Amino acid sequence: MKPLINSLPETVFTTNVDHLLNWGRASSQWYMLFGLACCAIELMQTGGPRADLDRFGAVPRATPRQSDLMIVAGTLTYKMAKRTKLLYDQMPDPKYVISMGSCSNCGGLFQLAYSVCKGVDKIVPVDVYVPGCPPRPEALTEGLLRIQDKMMRERWLVKAPEAEGDGAGA
Amino acid sequence: MDAKETYASLEKLFPGKVRDFKGDAIEPYLNVEKEHIVEICRFLRTAQSFRYEVLSDLTALDWPKEEKIQVVYHLFSYAHNHQIVLKVDLPRDNPKIATVEEQWKVANWFEREVYDLFGVIFEGHSDLRRIMLPEDWVGFPLRKDYVEQEEYDGISTQRAPLVEKLLR
Repeated sequence: MKPLINSLPETVFTTNVDHLLNWGRASSQWYMLFGLACCAIELMQTGGPRADLDRFGAVPRATPRQSDLMIVAGTLTYKMAKRTKLLYDQMPDPKYVISMGSCSNCGGLFQLAYSVCKGVDKIVPVDVYVPGCPPRPEALTEGLLRIQDKMMRERWLVKAPEAEGDGAGA
Repeated sequence: MDAKETYASLEKLFPGKVRDFKGDAIEPYLNVEKEHIVEICRFLRTAQSFRYEVLSDLTALDWPKEEKIQVVYHLFSYAHNHQIVLKVDLPRDNPKIATVEEQWKVANWFEREVYDLFGVIFEGHSDLRRIMLPEDWVGFPLRKDYVEQEEYDGISTQRAPLVEKLLR
């Protein structure tokens, strides 16, 4: 059989459906507008014109029901932890979580305090940890790119055993 | 009127109800017997020569060795530009005191905060609930003998320390 490549017009591409779906998902990650402390300021900077998360297709949404990605930006208290879990449960699958900054990674500076949850991974599964106090916009952008990499590796149409372990939101 | 004169006139008007004035502190303070706190606060707020219209702060201290919890009232007067601090000693095993919500509305939240963190019961308070911590929280965290629970509502409070030195 004649190979498809180089035999089609330039406007036609060949790919597989999984790749196309993942490309679409990875290029339109809608993250939830959700800030808990000073990291939220840096999150705003990341969404601003200089770092501009929008160029990767990531736009903030005001409701968890439209979001694919939760960026936990800031100190998580136990009182807030229950609400965070509720918000996470309201997000439709497949969903991803970036833990942004030391506080949501492990409690950070406040990890010996009585009211601070020692890491957001105690309540929801975390895909990418971004270190820093707070992380610079470049670091958070890197975190978003790692989520994109993860999305591109997933296989949603074929339930292969190895893909099962890889799929975070499954 | 400075703090010393305030104490002198209080001592005259309420003999045996105030004691232990300390004038050389940054914010001069005096101790008030706990049964008379409402009476004295009402007087300090309404008397023309004092007019302490503002309760700047209401907080507490825990003294485990002396077996007492000390509630502290910071009063300020815009009219006369003077201030005074009142301290009230309460027994640590049963800290109860009358509310001053009637004198200063702001005491509502202050007293809820002190209840939240020290467990002091303000009798007569209109809405004595925890103000910052969740309502199902166990214990009063600013007491010196507070022990953190193993978990809160299914969330583990334990995590292996990243740096050993941080642990005291």
